[in-house]
Amino acid sequence: MSGKYKTPMLDELEKGPWPSFVTEIKKAAKKSPMADDELGQLEKSYVTKRGYWKHGGIVGVLGYGGGVIGRYSSLPEEFPGVAHFHTIRINQTSGFFYTAKALREICDIWDKYGSGLTNLHGSTGDLVLLGTKTQNLEAIFAEYSSRGWDLGGSGSAMRTPSCCVGPGRCEWSNYDTLDLTYNLTQEFQDELHRPAYPYKFKIKASGCACDCVASIARADLSIIGTWKGDIQIDQTEVKKYADSGMNIKAEIIDMCPTNCMAYDGKTLRIDNAECNRCMHCIAKMTKALRPGKERGATILVGSKAPIVVGSLLSWVIVPFIKVEPPYTELKNLIRKMIEWWDDNAKPRERIGELIETKGMRPFLEAIGVPPQPQQVKEPRKDPFFFWSESDFKK
Amino acid sequence: MALPQRQTDIGPPKYDQFLPPIIKKNYGKWKYHEVLTPGTMVHVAESGDKLYTVRVGSPRLLSTETIREICDLAEKYCDGYLRFTTRNNVEFLVSDKSKMDPLLAELKVKKYSVGGIGPRVSNVIHTQGWVHCHSACTDASGLVKAMMDELYDYFTTKELPNKVRLAVACCVNMCGAVHCSDIAIVAVHRKVPTINDEMVTKTCEIPTTIASCPTSAIRPNPAKKSVTINEEKCMYCGNCFTVCPPIDIHNPEEDGVAIVVGGKIGSLRTDPKFSKLAIPFFYNEPPRWPKVVAAIKNILETYAKHAKKHERVGEWIERIGWERFFKLTGIPFTFQHIDDFTFARDTFRTSAAFKY
Repeated sequence: MSGKYKTPMLDELEKGPWPSFVTEIKKAAKKSPMADDELGQLEKSYVTKRGYWKHGGIVGVLGYGGGVIGRYSSLPEEFPGVAHFHTIRINQTSGFFYTAKALREICDIWDKYGSGLTNLHGSTGDLVLLGTKTQNLEAIFAEYSSRGWDLGGSGSAMRTPSCCVGPGRCEWSNYDTLDLTYNLTQEFQDELHRPAYPYKFKIKASGCACDCVASIARADLSIIGTWKGDIQIDQTEVKKYADSGMNIKAEIIDMCPTNCMAYDGKTLRIDNAECNRCMHCIAKMTKALRPGKERGATILVGSKAPIVVGSLLSWVIVPFIKVEPPYTELKNLIRKMIEWWDDNAKPRERIGELIETKGMRPFLEAIGVPPQPQQVKEPRKDPFFFWSESDFKK
Repeated sequence: MALPQRQTDIGPPKYDQFLPPIIKKNYGKWKYHEVLTPGTMVHVAESGDKLYTVRVGSPRLLSTETIREICDLAEKYCDGYLRFTTRNNVEFLVSDKSKMDPLLAELKVKKYSVGGIGPRVSNVIHTQGWVHCHSACTDASGLVKAMMDELYDYFTTKELPNKVRLAVACCVNMCGAVHCSDIAIVAVHRKVPTINDEMVTKTCEIPTTIASCPTSAIRPNPAKKSVTINEEKCMYCGNCFTVCPPIDIHNPEEDGVAIVVGGKIGSLRTDPKFSKLAIPFFYNEPPRWPKVVAAIKNILETYAKHAKKHERVGEWIERIGWERFFKLTGIPFTFQHIDDFTFARDTFRTSAAFKY
C-alpha cells in the first residue's frame, strides 16, 4: 500500500540534519493508505504551490460541538485516502507531562482508526491527531474517553487551556500553573465542548514573566505569575557568580530596566520598591536571586493574532491576585469577563477587540475592577473624556 | 467488536499521575537550575535532589512509530517519564544521573537533535501549511525543515547573545506566535480574491461575508446574488475566504512569504514586543526556499555579530534604530515597510534625531 507516489520534491526535505516531517509521513504511510495519500497530495502541493484542503464541514461526536475539525481533500478522486482527513484534538495534560505507557495507548488507538500522524502539540496546546474518517469518530471518542482522555476545544468556544512547566520543574513559578490549568479546564467543560460564545476564548497560564507559554501574545486571558515583597538574595552565591566570571555590572546592574540595583564588588543591593519584577536579574543569577515570598499573578486580557484589524498583546486588568485552590475568586472573575463579552460581542469578535470598541471603562465596571495606574502605560493624551452620571454624585 | 462505554466532559487526566517520583517529592520546591550543555540541564531542589533533562528537537508532525521509539527511550532511561515543551521539543526527565551518558549516546546513534537550551535557536513554532490547512499559502513544515538544517549549529552548539525564537505561519491567521517572535516567517497573499458568483449564491451568507471585511471592500452584487470586491480597498487578509470559501484568495503564482523581526514575549529588561516587517516578500520556492533561508541566516548572523550579551533581536534593533538595522543587514526599505493600517500613525517618526 505504501510508496504509491514518487515524491522527488519532498525527498529533498529528508536531507539535512534536522528531523524530517517527510520521513514521519513516510513512516506512517507504510501502515496507512491515508498517510500515503497525504504524502501524494502534499507532493502535488509542492509542485503547484497551493494547498488542496477544503474548508471544514460540520463533523463531530454526539453531544459535543467541538474537538473535531472537519477536513476534506478538494481532490478526493485523485487522493481517496484523504477524501476525509479530519483532525481530532485531544486535551493534553497540564505541562505536557506524559508517561510512555499513556502515549503508547494513545498511539495504539490512533493506529487502529486514523492515519498514524500526530502533532505534539498543536498551537493551542492540544495533542492533535491528524487524519481520520467521519465514520470512525464515535469509535475514537469511545476508545479515548473510556481511558480517561477527552476532546479539546474548537470553534467559537472555550479553547483548551494550556500552561508552562510550572512548579513541576521550575524554581520561578509563582503559582501552581499545572493545577490551575487542570482546575480551569474542568470548570469550563461545558463551554469547551459546546461552542456557544461569540468567538474563541483562550486561557494560558505562565508561572512568571518569562511567559514560556506565550500567554501575553496568544491568550484572551493571560495569567502571569508574579510576587510582592523583596527579591530574596543569597550574597554568597552572588559572589560565586562574580568569581566565575560574570560581569555583574554590565550583565545585571546596567541591564536592569528600572536602575534599582547596585553592586560594590561585595554586596548586591536592590531597591525593591522601584523593581518592576521583569525577571532579568533572577533569570541570569538563578542561584543567587529568588522572587519575593508573597506569590500570585497578574491578570491580563485581550491578546490575539492579527486577523483582522491587527495583533493585540494582553492588557493588565488585575495587577495582583492570589492564585490558590479552589481558585474561587479567579473563577468568578473569569466568568464575569466572559459574561460581559458574550452579552456584547458581535460574531467573531474577540474580547480584546470588544474592549477596544466599547472602551475599557465599561469592561472594568462590568467585572468590578477599579481603575489603577498599573493598567496603563500612560494616561490619555487627548481632552475628550467621557463622564457618567455616577461620576457626578460624589 | 463492542466499543467501550464512552464518557463525556471528563476533561484531561490529572497531571500528577504523569509526574516522576522526584517531581512529586520536590513539587514547587526547586531551588535553581543550571544549563550543562546546549541540550541538557539539571534542576536542583531544596532537598538536594537533582533532576536531569535532555532536550531533543522534533518536527512536531510525528508518526506513532517515532512516538513509540521515544517511549522506548523514556522507559529505558527515565522510568517512562517524559514531557514536551511549548516549542515542540521532547524532554527526557532523568532522575538517575548515571543514565545520562548512555541516553545521550543512544540519542547520538539514533541521530536525534539534542540542543535548544540557553542562548540559542530553539525549536520553531509553526502551523500546518499545505500538510493539513485550507487557508495555507505556503508549507510551514518545509520552511522549518529548510531553515533548521541551515541553522542547525545554532540549535546544537553555537551561542548567540540571547535566545532567538523563530516561528512560521502559513497565512496571516498566524496560528503560531509569529507576531511576537525574534525572527519569523508569515505567508501572505498579494492579489484580490476571485469570486465564484454561482457558488457564493449557493453556499454563503451575504451579510456575514460583507461584515467580515475589515476595510469595507466588499459590496453586495444584487444582480448576481453575490458580492463584489473593491480592489483599491482590499488588503488580501483572506477573512472573506474563511467565511465564504467561493471567494478564493489563493494565487499560487503570486502568493509567498514575508519576514518579520524583533518580537518577544517575556518582560525581561523590556516589555513584550510585536514583530515588525523586515522583508515584505519572497516567492514560494519549494522544496527548500533557498532565498528565504539565506535571508533569515543573514538577519540572525548580523544580530549575533552586533548585539550585546543578553539583548534579544528586538532590543538590539531598538538600541541601534531601525534605520541602522536596514543598513547593517543590507535589506532594502520599501513602501510596504511604511504602515498604512490601524497602527500607522504611531510608527511615523516625529523627531529630527535619527541616523544615516
